[in-house]
Amino acid sequence: MAVENGGSLENGSGKKPKAKSSEEMLLIVLRLLALGATFSATLVMALNKETKTVVVPLGGSNSISATLSAKFQHTPAFVFFVIANSIASLHNLSLLLLRLFGKKFEDIKGLGLLITISDMVMVALVSGGAAAAASMAELGKNGNSHARWNKICDKFDAYCDRGGGALIASFAGVGLLMVLNGLSTVNLYKNPATR
Amino acid sequence: MEKGKKACTLLLGALRLMSMAATLSATIVTITSRERVIVFNFPMDAKYHYTPSLKFFAIANGIGSVYSLVVLFIPATKLRRLVVAFDVVITMLLTASASAALAVGHVARKGDSHAGWIPICGQVPKFCDHVMAALILGFCGVFIYMFLLLHAIHTFIKPILL
Repeated sequence: MAVENGGSLENGSGKKPKAKSSEEMLLIVLRLLALGATFSATLVMALNKETKTVVVPLGGSNSISATLSAKFQHTPAFVFFVIANSIASLHNLSLLLLRLFGKKFEDIKGLGLLITISDMVMVALVSGGAAAAASMAELGKNGNSHARWNKICDKFDAYCDRGGGALIASFAGVGLLMVLNGLSTVNLYKNPATR
Repeated sequence: MEKGKKACTLLLGALRLMSMAATLSATIVTITSRERVIVFNFPMDAKYHYTPSLKFFAIANGIGSVYSLVVLFIPATKLRRLVVAFDVVITMLLTASASAALAVGHVARKGDSHAGWIPICGQVPKFCDHVMAALILGFCGVFIYMFLLLHAIHTFIKPILL
């Protein structure tokens, strides 16, 4: 086997090594990390909910209690965030499975280009969702004194913290997706069969 | 064949100019949006830089317009392939800024009853319409940028036209 692999002068430069090279491992690890980031962003934001009961004394022994809740569905930007990150994590999962178990799909013409373009679309989508959610989170944290919009993060601490965590995960996912996009573009040049 | 190629290049140059125009006008329309009203004997004014999302929108569109202008002058050498990478980054930046500005604009128009945020468009209608126009221009710029990005991939990396 070693002689066959070493004698690549006769076979030409198209022979792939049998073991996974370090570059393939890097791509798999990055894809796994991106999957983890987008998936955790989706989960944390989708399960983000906080309820607070406010008791207002009415004088004497009467009091009414009002229940205020903060849910992610109340803000359209967060809904978009959840949807965008779930699409991206589905994309990451399918590409990870393709890379791990899809040896026979490797030489389909045009697949490399499709993956690159799909990665670019995912980057744009997730960054759009993260930016919208970040602007709403900033509004919730600082309020807007000119529009008389009060900040809500001082009342709903845990909601804000969890939302912030989901945002950080999503931004990390965007960065990883960008790196993966660059690497797969470079791969496009190296592997002419899938161009 | 040569005439067709020349027409194609001219069309793309025109599209690039249009993207520059769209992003530049989005920037200018955002920056010039301000309105002052008197509500319950209190003067209330609305300017774009009171909202960080609108600031981001104006800056991103400014960067996009300068970038469009610069790319117009880059010849079709090997350097043009690197510029495709920058194209992706700038398109993504524009998308994110339009998305963020739209999120804030939605709250301004519809309010957020759960957070107790009143819609302010009833009090400053001209400002709201001004910002809406800027957002429409920004989205047009995003669409033109996406089309130009696909074309750049088609020309300089690999033909993807079916």
